[in-house]
Amino acid sequence: MKKIILKTILFALPKVLAFTASKHPQFRARLKQKNCTAYMGLQDGSIGRFLQIRGGKVTSRAGTAAQAEVSILFKDLPTALKFLSPKPDMGEIVHAAKNFKVVAKGPDPLVVWFTQTLNLSQTVGLEMGRSMRDGTRRYTTCTNGGPLFIYVKDGRIQRVTPLELDDKDAPSWELQARGKTFRPKRRALVAPHALSLKSLVYSDKRILQPMKRVDFDPDGERNPQNRGKSGYVPISWDEALTIVAKEINRQKRVHGPGSITFPMSSHHQWGNVGYYLSSLMRFANLIGFTRVAANPDSWEGWYWGAMHHFGNSMRVGVPAGYGAVEDCLKEAEMMVFWSCDPESTNGAYAGFEGTTRRLWAKELGIEFVHIDPHNNPTAQLLGGRWIPIRPQTDAALATAIMYVWAVEGLYDKEYVASRTTGFDEWKAYLLGETDGIAKTPEWQEGETGVPAKDVRALARKWGNRKVYLATGMTGAGFGGAGRGATGQQWARCLIMMMSMQGWGKPGVNFGCLQIGTPVDHHFYFPGYADGGISGDLMWTGNAVNNYQRMPHILTMNPVKQLVPRQQLPDAIINGHATGYLWDGMSQEAQFAPFSYPMAGYSPIHMIYRYGGSSFSTVTKSGRWVEAYRHDSIEFVVNQSIWMEGEAQFADIILPACTQLERWDIGEWCNSGGYAHHGYTLVNHRVVALQHKCIEPLGESRSDYDIFTAILERLGLGGVFTEGCSELDWVKRVFDSSDLPDHISWAEFCRKGYYIVPPERPELRPPVDMRWFAEGRAKDLPEPFPLPSQWAEEFGKGLQTPSGKLEFVPETLKRHTKDNPDRPALNRYIPSWEGLGTTELVGKYPLQMIATHSRYSFHTSSDGKNGVTSRVQDHRARIAGHDFWLLRICPADAAARGISHRDLVKIYNDRGAVICAADVSALVVPGVVKSYEASAEFQMLEVAGETVEIGGCLNILTPDRPQTQGTSSMSPNSCLVQIEKWQGADAFKRLRAEVGVAHE
Amino acid sequence: MSKWNLIISVGRCENCYNCVLAERDEHVGNDYPGYAAPASLASEAPIRILRRVQGAAPMVETTYLPVMCNHCDDAPCMKVGGDAIKKRKDGIVVIDPIKAKGRKDIVRSCPYKAIVWNEEQQLPQTWIFDAHLLDGGWKGPRCQQVCPTDVFEAVQLDDAAMQEKARKEGLQVLLPKLNAKPRVYYRGLDRWDSCFIGGSLSASVDGVVDCVAGAEIALLQGGKQIAVTHSDAFGDFRFGGLGKKSGDYRIEIRHGLGQAQRDCELDESLYLGEIRLVPSHQQCTVEQTA
Repeated sequence: MKKIILKTILFALPKVLAFTASKHPQFRARLKQKNCTAYMGLQDGSIGRFLQIRGGKVTSRAGTAAQAEVSILFKDLPTALKFLSPKPDMGEIVHAAKNFKVVAKGPDPLVVWFTQTLNLSQTVGLEMGRSMRDGTRRYTTCTNGGPLFIYVKDGRIQRVTPLELDDKDAPSWELQARGKTFRPKRRALVAPHALSLKSLVYSDKRILQPMKRVDFDPDGERNPQNRGKSGYVPISWDEALTIVAKEINRQKRVHGPGSITFPMSSHHQWGNVGYYLSSLMRFANLIGFTRVAANPDSWEGWYWGAMHHFGNSMRVGVPAGYGAVEDCLKEAEMMVFWSCDPESTNGAYAGFEGTTRRLWAKELGIEFVHIDPHNNPTAQLLGGRWIPIRPQTDAALATAIMYVWAVEGLYDKEYVASRTTGFDEWKAYLLGETDGIAKTPEWQEGETGVPAKDVRALARKWGNRKVYLATGMTGAGFGGAGRGATGQQWARCLIMMMSMQGWGKPGVNFGCLQIGTPVDHHFYFPGYADGGISGDLMWTGNAVNNYQRMPHILTMNPVKQLVPRQQLPDAIINGHATGYLWDGMSQEAQFAPFSYPMAGYSPIHMIYRYGGSSFSTVTKSGRWVEAYRHDSIEFVVNQSIWMEGEAQFADIILPACTQLERWDIGEWCNSGGYAHHGYTLVNHRVVALQHKCIEPLGESRSDYDIFTAILERLGLGGVFTEGCSELDWVKRVFDSSDLPDHISWAEFCRKGYYIVPPERPELRPPVDMRWFAEGRAKDLPEPFPLPSQWAEEFGKGLQTPSGKLEFVPETLKRHTKDNPDRPALNRYIPSWEGLGTTELVGKYPLQMIATHSRYSFHTSSDGKNGVTSRVQDHRARIAGHDFWLLRICPADAAARGISHRDLVKIYNDRGAVICAADVSALVVPGVVKSYEASAEFQMLEVAGETVEIGGCLNILTPDRPQTQGTSSMSPNSCLVQIEKWQGADAFKRLRAEVGVAHE
Repeated sequence: MSKWNLIISVGRCENCYNCVLAERDEHVGNDYPGYAAPASLASEAPIRILRRVQGAAPMVETTYLPVMCNHCDDAPCMKVGGDAIKKRKDGIVVIDPIKAKGRKDIVRSCPYKAIVWNEEQQLPQTWIFDAHLLDGGWKGPRCQQVCPTDVFEAVQLDDAAMQEKARKEGLQVLLPKLNAKPRVYYRGLDRWDSCFIGGSLSASVDGVVDCVAGAEIALLQGGKQIAVTHSDAFGDFRFGGLGKKSGDYRIEIRHGLGQAQRDCELDESLYLGEIRLVPSHQQCTVEQTA
């Protein structure tokens, strides 16, 4: 019987293909792309069918595998039937593939084409998006700044608008607090960078053809010294791909494992398939590479410092934020924003979803305090007391506040006694019993610039109220104050402060109403850090859920050699580097160093880079110029959408397309992995099909297609694709999630999104740390500490050795005894690049902080001649050039003869950058504030001086780790001087000569 | 006849630029015949956000003011533009993308600087209230749709009802003296126009300087008390709603720990800094630190 079924299916298959072609022009066109003969059947040849595709026509006959170009051979009958079933079980299929129960033979490009064609017959003809009255078609997408509708007419994007919920979508949650009922808006409150998307797609900086550096000859002189100087010539895709594929093979042959590296950026365009942790990881694993070990750049002070007081390694040392929105609105009397500007940082991906909730807090009369060198947009919107502070002195202020609490008894003595360890030792330090210096408000005043009286006023107010402490982008961890020399000290202090105030009791927690909405926490949809299609079980969250839910062929990078991300240029230039791991499994992995190069592996000789963000996101980034031009780097390929940043340092440039030109799928603000339940930052869980809205511009291609094309030349296209196109993978992600229980694939394709209904009020997750405050077993829906990491009974206590909040962490006592930078007792140690750095402060008396940009998601929307560059609070157009802004106070400006929108040179020994001055009382004297992550890197010689005019401020920041024995970056410890730019007139003349009008 | 008006809530704008970006998204590269020719990214944006920062650290207040075409009923641009500009029945003013070709003079006619010059198209252009979308059934303009803090509210009312609403809710227009009869109204415009005088009180007790909460502070002008307030936990006090360049004021502070007074001339908002109270048995002087 089974034999008959298989024969029937095989007999019917070509007819189905022909029928599909007759119905769908797209499929007809596909069949015309290639001629192909294929055999499908059992390995023993007992059952099988020979197909021929020629001139778009499908015919079939009896035949053998030997006669066909492509053959797909099944071990046995059951395997074949599992494959050819109308609703195949992907677990069975991947099992069969991994265990060679099915093999595909033939030229790899043809195998990929044939299998993708078979799959296309399943998806072709689906209605994608909705036809609108005005003749447009409405598609959907999701971005780093929220979900959008994309309206397309005649193959061109007409507009992008925030996704709006309709009456058929699930209802919104509501909250009652202090007699009022609050409901979120039924539209996505997206970030400004989301709304810039169309202008990025049609940017004139798009790379639309593969390119080769003019003086790069893969078979002759490669001229590495000219990277970043020489121009490019367009070449064909075939030539470009052949050069890249040949070079990959040459690297393996000549140098061996480890010589190729893929420096991955932390971010990418949204989507589970195209994300860097997905397709790029799969691609890289199939080639083998030296991993660039990322430092925990968003977490820094929390991971290396705070974590040792309370655990939470899985969250990289930040608090979880469960239930914080309802608890804060109901209970809190005050919110202290400390290095916390959610109106600019948007909780990373959540747009302005939290803004509404903070305005509710204002309506309820919750008081606000803002501790920041900058009266930031959050402080501007909400109002409240601003406590301006000198950068990198936050730990001194925090210590002095705790001194006041200790002396005046303004802390939760019962909680400290029963839930913490080491308080007496800490108190002795506060009172000066340890070192003879009482940490009084007067003690900190000289350091922080905050008047002692204000510290006492704040400490008393805080100590007598239920307070939410808001730090960084989510309000529960992160923050620019954690990204400097004293970042660990500060983050450690905050955990201790909350330990003194009864962390977890009603109204006492971390958060700024940005995290902890009452959405459904159980509906399964994978986040981007869950690994997508990578098949990587080691370096993504894949193994936790995704690998079971979406079986796919696992991939492994056999190269054990690592290079620390912040030291990658040094590793290339000096030939060696040492780093410390970012590891979410434990509190201890960070203590062991790793070294580059590693015995048995080749040093790096080839860089495969995606995009161009290094110059403005890595500290002291001028190092990259030398690294890229280093003799040891034989080949640089950059796969980039735009000509920007370091793309101009590549030998071969492969033009990628934007997310609107390819298929993907993603949930808003769902990172997964290290940000478990990250979607509690938004008001509605929105899962979006990310439609391919238009065809890729020019000759650009999707990342996935580029990877496929390279791997086909290495015979690995079949393994990489598993026969799937991007849309097929999107469907696999869809099927892996809980979506099919609620919406059909066809409806999802048409409507483009699904709103997950909110949790029922009685099932909402408890408030973070409430269980701990009340001495109960842990009741939060997060899978850590790991079973082995409970010191006491499973479920009781924290991840720390004592299971309690530790004022003097045991893990540091055990492991950093010989490291004066990381004392177990959190002494205040002034910044090594601050106002106390006497050898520098004379020359460079100003402190620079460069935080996350408000209008661009890192480098994503900046530059590119896009609309964001015209935002007046982002860049200023002077002499036809869009200059990066530098915020400076009136006194510091006047002392240097600088007026609003003057061009200024900001410099130190590391370099010089030209910015436009933004003069206002919003920054304190002695501080200049700007943003990191300009997309442009433009060195220019003007009037005998070389300066950077793109706004790449990380040229100026130190590459020194915060503390010895850590891979922690410290960009916000940066001394500079500024002056009115002497070259401004020469620059304007230069611009006038090339025909740019003065403005 | 129901007509379009726009109400802008001043204190709610946080300068996120979503309105500006949405306007650019709508018009750059898109042609809407009869409404607007494709806009140019090289032009200034027709929605601008102005910034005002008052005071000094730590007492600052920042206000953002979106400014765009006011769709005036007695529009200065129409006086210059002739038949190149039309007033629709629903109140919206539209510059004709054909007839206005080359009319740079129209740009200069607007006292609100709300008309921008598109060099590529040789056209004066404005924010057209998204008339093309409203005509297609949209319920409001894009600025309203993208604003996270509900700064914009487009309302359709007849003129009398709108006047009544404006009167009742204290809505104001920009440059009212020009009498151009704008259809864009502002709620809470005082925050843009008015000034404050503030300070932070402290006192030294047993050698320790602390903030003084609960002090009574009186504001006097011409010897007459015009307002009274109390200091908060940080010793901060603030008198708002004062006119720019409104002359001389005196601040008188009374508290159990001492007194102080201060004379000042108000030009722009003024933060007086730390004011140290002097015990009442001493001579009544003002000590001020920078």
